[in-house]
Amino acid sequence: MATALAAGELSSVDLTQLHFDQIEKVDGAVHAFLYLDKEGALAQARTVDAKRAKGEALGPLAGVPLALKDVLAQKGIPTTCGSKMLEGWRPPYDATVVTKLKEAGIVILGKTNMDEFAMGSSTENSAYGPTHNPWDLTRIPGGSGGGSAASLAAFEAPLAIGTDTGGSIRQPAAVTGTVGVKPTYGGVSRYGLIAFSSSLDQAGPCARTVLDAALLHEIIAGHDERDSTSINAPVPQVVKAAKKLDVKGMKIGVVKELQGDGFQSGVLSRFHEGLDALVSAGAELVEVSCPTFDYALAAYYLIAPSECSSNLARFDSMRYGIRVGDDGQRSAEEVMKLTRHAGFGAEVKRRIILGTYALSSGYYDAYYGSAQKVRTLLMRDFSAAFALADVLVSPTTPTTAFKIGEQVDDPLAMYLNDIATIPVNMAGIGGMSLPCGLAEEDGLPVGFQIMSPAMRDDLMYQVGGTLEAALLAKWGAPILDKTPVLAAR
Amino acid sequence: MSQMVPMPLNYLNYDEAVAKYEPTLGLEVHVELNTKSKMFCSCSTEFGGEPNTQTCPVCLGLPGALPVVNGKAIESTILIGLALNCSIAPFSRFARKNYFYPDMPKNFQTSQYDEPICVNGYLDIEIATEEGPKQFRVEIERVHMEEDTGKSLHVGGATGRIHGAEYSLLDYNRAGIPLVEIVTKIVGGTGKYAPQVARAYVSELRDILRSLGVSDVKMEQGSMRCDVNVSLSPLDSGTLGTRSETKNVNSLRSVERAVIGEVIRQSNRLEAGERIVQETRHFLEESGQTRPGRSKEQAEDYRYFPEPDLVPVAPDSGWIEALRATLPERPSARRARLKAEWSVPDKEMTSLINAGLLDVVQETIELGAEPIRARSWWLGEISRLANERDVDPTTLITPTQVAEVISLIQNGDLTDNLARQVVEGVIAGAGRPSEVIAQRGLKVVSDDAALMLAIEAAIAAQPETAERIRGGNIPAAGALIGAVMKATGGQADAAKVRELLLKHLGQ
Amino acid sequence: MAAISRDDVAHLAKLARISMNDSELDHLAEEMDLILGAVARVQEVAGRDVPPTSHPIPVKNVVREDLVRPSLTPQEALSGAPAQSEDRFKVPQILGEE
Ligand SMILES: [Mg+2]
Ligand SMILES: [Zn+2]
Repeated sequence: MATALAAGELSSVDLTQLHFDQIEKVDGAVHAFLYLDKEGALAQARTVDAKRAKGEALGPLAGVPLALKDVLAQKGIPTTCGSKMLEGWRPPYDATVVTKLKEAGIVILGKTNMDEFAMGSSTENSAYGPTHNPWDLTRIPGGSGGGSAASLAAFEAPLAIGTDTGGSIRQPAAVTGTVGVKPTYGGVSRYGLIAFSSSLDQAGPCARTVLDAALLHEIIAGHDERDSTSINAPVPQVVKAAKKLDVKGMKIGVVKELQGDGFQSGVLSRFHEGLDALVSAGAELVEVSCPTFDYALAAYYLIAPSECSSNLARFDSMRYGIRVGDDGQRSAEEVMKLTRHAGFGAEVKRRIILGTYALSSGYYDAYYGSAQKVRTLLMRDFSAAFALADVLVSPTTPTTAFKIGEQVDDPLAMYLNDIATIPVNMAGIGGMSLPCGLAEEDGLPVGFQIMSPAMRDDLMYQVGGTLEAALLAKWGAPILDKTPVLAAR
Repeated sequence: MSQMVPMPLNYLNYDEAVAKYEPTLGLEVHVELNTKSKMFCSCSTEFGGEPNTQTCPVCLGLPGALPVVNGKAIESTILIGLALNCSIAPFSRFARKNYFYPDMPKNFQTSQYDEPICVNGYLDIEIATEEGPKQFRVEIERVHMEEDTGKSLHVGGATGRIHGAEYSLLDYNRAGIPLVEIVTKIVGGTGKYAPQVARAYVSELRDILRSLGVSDVKMEQGSMRCDVNVSLSPLDSGTLGTRSETKNVNSLRSVERAVIGEVIRQSNRLEAGERIVQETRHFLEESGQTRPGRSKEQAEDYRYFPEPDLVPVAPDSGWIEALRATLPERPSARRARLKAEWSVPDKEMTSLINAGLLDVVQETIELGAEPIRARSWWLGEISRLANERDVDPTTLITPTQVAEVISLIQNGDLTDNLARQVVEGVIAGAGRPSEVIAQRGLKVVSDDAALMLAIEAAIAAQPETAERIRGGNIPAAGALIGAVMKATGGQADAAKVRELLLKHLGQ
Repeated sequence: MAAISRDDVAHLAKLARISMNDSELDHLAEEMDLILGAVARVQEVAGRDVPPTSHPIPVKNVVREDLVRPSLTPQEALSGAPAQSEDRFKVPQILGEE
């Protein structure tokens, strides 16, 4: 696509319009988008076309359309975070990621659906209705970034941005047959990313190929003086790594704890095929053990709710967002309570209450404090494992996409979807999911997860690129060619 | 305090209260730093801007915005810690203090909790007692950084008061202004001098902060605010009573009065067999008493945890020592030095300090004025004129102008009388001293020939007086000197006239 | 850990400024019990000797220069306000401290 644009065979305006046409056709069924910015997108496309016509130097993805997860602030564009709380809010500023996308000439088509405030693994927690998996519309597209992943799988957008707090880029990528990358924590600025859990959140690229993800990664990554937790170091050369297509002599650590009980057999068999492909490409497999991974989920469900209980306190109806119950008599405090009751969905309230409990005096040490210690142990597990292997691998999710509605009433079952992705966030390292085939029992996509040490995101791109090429050679065509053709509804 | 309650017969006054109870103090001082930009964003800290003109996504707490610490604020805080003899923590962190309040945009205050940047310091102060000057050491528990809140305007009901207001209007220009909180350890052993100790501590602290140049320290404008904790225990009981916390006491005098008020209130409660409630109280400027605020018994659970959006502050020794090297002379040491250098009597030194004239007097002296003249001009004539106008003397005239006037006196170009007219002219806005002198022709007549003409004219007018002087009646010269002074419009140096006159008459 | 009662949840909801009716409180109390039962296992491995990690990357002393940059205009600042008056955010009466 980018090549065609660069060669002048295709204008950005045409490409953008084609995507709006596809959205028109299929989004009634998929519901990947919450807002379309046709005017802004076409204006940006025209600008890029004009620059190209003048022969100006443009970035590699200039003129390419993109779907933006609604968790990122975009100036003047409705930004809801999938919550009723922010209905109608138009930020007066751009997130740093958005600024970088605009500067790179990328065309932002609109905002994609998500679990409310990024809390969930199915996009069913959106206040604006669920997104459907293009592979099977009765199934979930993963979450929280289900909209971004579904837009790729439904060919509504060639690129998307997601955010990943416990797997919200990688798990949707896995269940939609797309590529999703969670960069090293601090690799991409969080400025303008509406916080769920500050010490875990990280924005990253979503694409259909590893190279596309790498190109997008290099655009959005880099130091930002507005984010104190942004790493002030050169961005790893992920594009170069994605193009290497060589893993000879690399050590691939297979995490023992992430392939046993609870993992669907079709998921495991595709995962092992992926391993075989890497071995054929010259990599060496080593088994590594990360015993604390068993505790990662529990620690995550203390740390993330704790931070979110504080991060979401600002949604109080005083300065922005909806206000409920202001009858001229009620106090600010009462109006806050009524607004937060009406504006937040069940999962958000559940986590706020859980986090409030975990931080409250008398319980802090037992819950939040202990979870932080588990975090230390997880990081130790990773450093021990990375002493033995260049990257670590596992299935991205224990199962393929489940049915919409199947797990909504069982938070604990829902939380298990992130069992393999959460350790990466806890340790702040990089993680990628790429498709490794369809499970034989249900014909749905399976994700292969690659984890790389902090600030060595290039390693996962190198392995991912190689694996993708090997599987493509074997399959003869991209996996997404097998998605059902969606008709207008 | 709307109702007047008749005082019981056994009501204790302050002296009676401290004869039975030992007061214990704790002082928490909040200081606004005078950085150009806010604590966590680049909005201006300028005072008095139009509402919500100094706000941005960060200080409005907009979704997605992130804080970045102002480096100058950290340095100012370390300087304060060093000046208060604190240890600077090799590792410190910000924490979130979670509670909801509409003037706080994020509904948590970014503050420091269990890992403050400065700990374990002290400040020595001196108070006057019946037995003479006495030193006290006030121990400092911590000095930490935090941010201020926005300002609310309550509309409807009783003007400006929360209760009965129909709605409130919020301006977030002050939200995120850097604050430093300085907390003392328990201050005991003061006995009846607790009020003076509290006042002297706050006063000395203010002087130190001013000398460091880190804050405007204007208590009246709220850039320095004091919370006074007081508890009482029966004399020699060795126990510690329940404390009350009186908020936002906004002058040195009020600090003293708040302690007195609380000692009296608490002692009378205890006398009546009631217990002291741990609570926040408000100081009433008019009566010097306090009234209850929010009770702390159902204390908010602030759910502090390390601020994940900020990274630790871990100053290395190089950074700390570089800051230490810039510490100015301690105000108490400076006062002692200046007192000796200028040989000022105790009482006058106290007047200078209390009037806030030390800086201008020092500057005037550094510009060449004799210390005694500099002191007496600032403390005398200039202060008198300032009093008349009800303004601060330092706003009327500059040390440079005063030094210029004094140097003219020292050179004999102005008499004290003329100098007063010059100073008055400068203050009236007539320009620099030289300009006032030129405009009004206020020059000493020092030309001997001109004076001799005036002397001869005076002798001619009063020949008998001249005869008496010739005959040895020196005091009679007064009449002739007066005549000469009158003739020269007061611009002659009387001593010079006297000298010339007596010589002329053979005396 | 002790079971979570409805009163406990009510207290937490008060701290978190979320109004909740009795059935919501009951339902959440039940869920909280389940979830806390599952996450309490972090205590099994959180030994005294293990230092806590609050932050995944070892960065310190990130500061900005004390420079003033342009603020939002009051119109931008107030653009999302549910109510405003005189360039200020208009909010219901604030109860509490004076
Ligand atoms: Mg404080
Ligand atoms: Zn600001």
